[in-house]
Amino acid sequence: MSATGSHPRPQATSPPLLCLHGPLRTLAGGAEHRVGGASVLELVRALEDAHPQLRGWILDERGRIRRHINIYVDGERAEERTPVRAGQRVEVLPAITGG
Amino acid sequence: MSELLVGTKKGLFVLEGDAGGEFAIVTRAFEGLPVEYAMRDPRSGRLLAALSSPFYGPKIFHSEDPAGEWEQASGVALPEGGEQALEKIWVIACGEADGLLYAGGDPGVLFESRDGGASWELNAALWEQPSRAHWQPGGGGLCLHSIVTWPGDPQRLAVAISAAGMWLTDDGGQSWRRGNDGIVPRYLPEEALADENAGRCVHHVERAPRRPERLFMQFHGGVYRSDDAGQSWVAVGDGLPSDFGFPLAVDPADPDSAFVIPLVADMDRVTPDGRVRVYETRDAGASWSARGDGLPAEHAYLTVLRQALACCGEGPGLELYFGATSGELFASPDAGASWSTAALRLPPIYSVVALAG
Repeated sequence: MSATGSHPRPQATSPPLLCLHGPLRTLAGGAEHRVGGASVLELVRALEDAHPQLRGWILDERGRIRRHINIYVDGERAEERTPVRAGQRVEVLPAITGG
Repeated sequence: MSELLVGTKKGLFVLEGDAGGEFAIVTRAFEGLPVEYAMRDPRSGRLLAALSSPFYGPKIFHSEDPAGEWEQASGVALPEGGEQALEKIWVIACGEADGLLYAGGDPGVLFESRDGGASWELNAALWEQPSRAHWQPGGGGLCLHSIVTWPGDPQRLAVAISAAGMWLTDDGGQSWRRGNDGIVPRYLPEEALADENAGRCVHHVERAPRRPERLFMQFHGGVYRSDDAGQSWVAVGDGLPSDFGFPLAVDPADPDSAFVIPLVADMDRVTPDGRVRVYETRDAGASWSARGDGLPAEHAYLTVLRQALACCGEGPGLELYFGATSGELFASPDAGASWSTAALRLPPIYSVVALAG
C-alpha cells in the first residue's frame, strides 16, 4: 500500500489482479491473485481451477455470479461477460443486499 | 443430559441441559449465517450442518466437535451448466445402511452420501422426473423437507416436497412414484384436483417407526394419516383448532401418536387465540388434546416452522422441543404434559434437533 493509503495500480502489462474478501481469502489462501482471462467469468474460472475449494462460492451451477456477490472492474460494477484487460483490478465483494 | 441443535437465521446454537430443567448454550457456530438444519449422526457422532449463505450459496459442513473446525462437504450442487442452481438444503437424515445419509433441498432435490456426509451425490432419478418442469413451489420454495426411512430397509424411502407432494421409492431411489391419493388441497379449484402436477403443499411428514407403513402428514390445510406406506391418505384433522401448521412429530414408541402445532391459517401463520399449544393424538388422529401447561397462554402470536419441532426418547419420557421465529425455545420432559422455556432470545429459529444424552 502507498503512503497515501491507496492500493498501487497493477502494471498495464500484468495479468488482471483479482482481489478477494472475507472467507474467499481463506479458501484461496490469500487476498490477491493474478489470473489470466479476457472476461470476469474467465478470471473466476481460472481462480477456481487454481483453488478448487472456491468452486460454488462465487459462481453458481449455471455459471452466474451469485445474487449477493458484486464484482467490480476498476471500480465499475461488472457481470460475467464484462471484458477484463491486463493491469485491471477486479474486486469480488459480498453485497449489502445479502446481509 | 440432552443436546439440542438449533438452526437459526444467525448461526447454529448448541444447547445442553435437561428437559424440564435448565439449558445452556454451549456453542455458537457459523455466526451471522443462516443455518437451516443441523443434526448429529448417532452412528458416528459426526455433526452435519446445512447453511444458506446469502453470499456464497447453500453448503453442508461437518465436524466432530461443534466448537472445533468444520469441513465443507463435497458434491452439494446441481449439475454444472444447467438452468438451475441449488437454493437451499432443508433437511439431513440418516439412512438405513452404514454411512448412508440423505439431504433434501430446493429445488425439490435429494442428495445421498455413503461416507457419513463427507461427500454427496444428487439422486438422478428424482432430478430427472419427467414431471419436474410442472412442479410448483410453495411459499418457502420448492423444498424437499421431509425424508422418512423405513427402519431396517435401505431400499424404501418416502420424501415430501412442497409443493410437489409425496414421492416413494422401493428400490433405493432408482425409481420414484407419487403418493398423494386422498390428499385434498383446499386452495385449488375442484377442477384442478385431477391434475397430479397441481401443487400438493406437504409441510411435514413423519413415519411411525414401530409400524412403518403408517405415516402422519401436516399439509397446507389438513392433517393426514397413511396406513399404506404413503400411497394413500385420510384426513385426521377434525378436533384441532386449525388444521394449518408446519411441523409434526411422533412418539417412536406409539404408532397411534402425533404432535402438531396449529397456526390460525395460511393467511395468518401464528398460534390461535394468542395461545401457544401443542396438540397430541394417541388414537391415530381420531381425537386431539391440547398440551399447553407452561406454554404462553395469552398475547403470544408465534410462528413455528416445519423443522422446528423435535423429540428424543420415547413413551412417558418422550422429550419434546420446539422453537419459534421469535427466538423462543420450549422443552417438555413428559411428552408434552408440561413445558418450560429452554431459551428465550435466540435469533429466529429455523430448526430444532434433539439428541438424548
